[in-house]
Amino acid sequence: MQAAVSDFGSAETRFVFDESRFQQDFFQLFGLPTSYRIDHTQLDQHYHALQVQVHPDKFSHLSEAERRVSMQWATRVNEAYQTLNNPIKRARYLLSLRGVDTQEETNTIMPAGFLMEQMEWHEAIQEAEEARDAGELDKLKLRLQHEVHVLQQQLADQIDIERDYAAATEGVRKLKFLEKLAEEINSAFDAIDN
Amino acid sequence: MALLQISEPGMSAAPHEHRLAVGIDLGTTNSLVATVRNGISVVLNDEQGRALLPSVVRYLADGSVQAGEAAQAMQSEDPTNTIVSAKRFMGRGLSDIGNASGLHYHFVDAPGMVQLRTVAGVKSPVEVSAEILRVLRARAEEALGGGLVGAVITVPAYFDDAQRQATKDAAKLAGLNVLRLLNEPTAAAIAYGLDNAAEGVYAVYDLGGGTFDISILKLSRGVFEVLATNGNSALGGDDFDHRIYCWLLEKNNLSALGAADTRLLLTRARAAKEELTEHDETRVTAILRSGETIDTVLARQDFHDMSQNLVEHTLQPVRRALRDAGLAVTDIKGVVMVGGATRMPQVQRAVAEFFRQTPLTNLDPDKVVALGAAIQANVLAGNRSADDWLLLDVIPLSLGIETMGGLTEKIIPRNSTIPTARAQEFTTFKDGQTAMSVHVVQGERELVADCRSLARFELRGIPPMVAGAARIRITFQVDADGLLDVSARETGSGVEAHITVKPSYGLSDTEITRMLQDSNQHAQDDMQARALREQQVEAEQLLEAVQNALAQDAALLNKDEEAHILACMDGLRAVLQTADHHAIKRSVTQLNDATVTFAQARMDKSVSRVLGGRKLTDLET
Repeated sequence: MQAAVSDFGSAETRFVFDESRFQQDFFQLFGLPTSYRIDHTQLDQHYHALQVQVHPDKFSHLSEAERRVSMQWATRVNEAYQTLNNPIKRARYLLSLRGVDTQEETNTIMPAGFLMEQMEWHEAIQEAEEARDAGELDKLKLRLQHEVHVLQQQLADQIDIERDYAAATEGVRKLKFLEKLAEEINSAFDAIDN
Repeated sequence: MALLQISEPGMSAAPHEHRLAVGIDLGTTNSLVATVRNGISVVLNDEQGRALLPSVVRYLADGSVQAGEAAQAMQSEDPTNTIVSAKRFMGRGLSDIGNASGLHYHFVDAPGMVQLRTVAGVKSPVEVSAEILRVLRARAEEALGGGLVGAVITVPAYFDDAQRQATKDAAKLAGLNVLRLLNEPTAAAIAYGLDNAAEGVYAVYDLGGGTFDISILKLSRGVFEVLATNGNSALGGDDFDHRIYCWLLEKNNLSALGAADTRLLLTRARAAKEELTEHDETRVTAILRSGETIDTVLARQDFHDMSQNLVEHTLQPVRRALRDAGLAVTDIKGVVMVGGATRMPQVQRAVAEFFRQTPLTNLDPDKVVALGAAIQANVLAGNRSADDWLLLDVIPLSLGIETMGGLTEKIIPRNSTIPTARAQEFTTFKDGQTAMSVHVVQGERELVADCRSLARFELRGIPPMVAGAARIRITFQVDADGLLDVSARETGSGVEAHITVKPSYGLSDTEITRMLQDSNQHAQDDMQARALREQQVEAEQLLEAVQNALAQDAALLNKDEEAHILACMDGLRAVLQTADHHAIKRSVTQLNDATVTFAQARMDKSVSRVLGGRKLTDLET
């Protein structure tokens, strides 16, 4: 394998994605109110409308400058969409706009009862995988989806109505745990497949 | 009533000539070229009326090259110099190629990509593919009566970065301007969806000669949005042939056949496979070099039994794609079948059983990819039709870097919509550390050793600081072709500098130049003249684009900015007719740089117009 080596300071002027150029936040970009509860139909429609304007496919026959700007914009619009469309990312982003850090890396203190539940989930998934029981995994998946839904509703109230950001950050961290469980279930399905 | 004409941003209101663009399906077994004529996508046939060009290239001792039918006819006679299924070797190392020992090529294990030794010297799979592309390019230029503005080349959706880069390099080598690398199932969806005005979620099941892809797409009001893709880039119709071949060996107590006999039996195996699509049994006959004759009857059921686990192998990626999309089988409105191998009845039956519906086969599975690619090429070349549509595709495999202990840290997860970018910050480990090594990988596995290594590079010249003070921001950018660009920037010292690293599986420009010079057909081409011509065309297109932009939006510029752009245009026009392609290139770069701010202002304007009718009321504050 060849190693491509370059020195710092050899300033090749190439396109590098630069976030700082954009002044609008993601909600403004999509013309949506800054709230956790979001109209997904509108989000999708605005996403498509924006991509129709900025996507590289619309600029491939134009100048390099326009192609560069297009890629930058399309990247930005995709990032914005993925952030707003995903419940955890949306909450984290919204809280960061309010100056609140969700401390997912630093704060590992969770309620003891919640952690117990996590252990139980973990064991149940493992057992289903070992038994190669796809039906049981389906059930676990449904149950998990329900729990995620309940937590999301709480989170929406905490952010949009109660403005209890401390509670909301814990909610985000809990959802993060459940997201990991969902990944575990998916890899258990994969393991059964193979 | 007089209608006001309003052109799309960046589009010329003045009618311009139709730009010749094609879509090319560079397949493992066969390749095709298609174009949009009078608004309809059509496959271009050769002089004998054949649409499919066998993806076979033969190198001869005198240095000449045969591609297509002529090469295919010689594959048993001259097996080591006749390369079939070169697509399987694109961007692949020797260790990546399954049953390499069963293939009678003289492989050369080169860094990055395997090479093949022939009577005409060592050839890269990129060069082999380029020979096929050259034939298709010539066919298109002949049929359309002019030079091509560019081509959309299709790749399996599950191709990784190295395989994509290799494909793009092959096109470059064949003298094609690549408008876009397009995923094969997505191309099929375009051809199918636009034809049928389909809405809803569709699955595209694409089993080609050597690759398998599954893509889940949402079609809504002209937007083709890939939700998830999965596959196996080393599973295809070839493997079914191979099963029959192994069965033939077993039935006839044969072992260790020579290259010619192996190729002969593989060809017979393929014919038998195709026969069994229509018939309940088929007779395989062959005369080996030794004079031994083979005469064996293969029943359809036996073929189905021996290939059943291959079919089952395709369903694993299907299940994964559905899970990634967060969908159930019942959410799928239709299943589109693509690739010649989907003609096999056992494949159709398995897919129908899995999705609980009859798959759609109303478009020719061999042609649908090329037809879709041509439609996309027509749009990208700027020959846009009024009814607009948009394609949103994804990256098939996660991109990451190696961290402590040989583990992978994912930076961009699979199924992210492209183009996409993600930055990660790193710092130095020791005081005064001035270099840092970065290993970029692609794949889903936790261990780096199980992922595909794309590039290793070293960042040097970091200003010496105490440990942890340097801030090195590494940005991954994946463009609309699904190709990765990695750049790094040191921000801790306040000095902003950046580097750009291309994954090293791709060929360097020097290598491509070398290959071009090596190629006999191109020795006759005057390389200089070609470079100059290409530069002139690019310059003319740029001038036209800037002219149009000014006509629409000069108001966005102040006097100085406009004067500067106009001066750069004059500068470019002045050198355009000279024979100095370096000077033209310099002026092109100057004009591009001069118009960046203008391009941004134009984009800002068009974006704000999209949602401009709405009030941005923040309900909270």
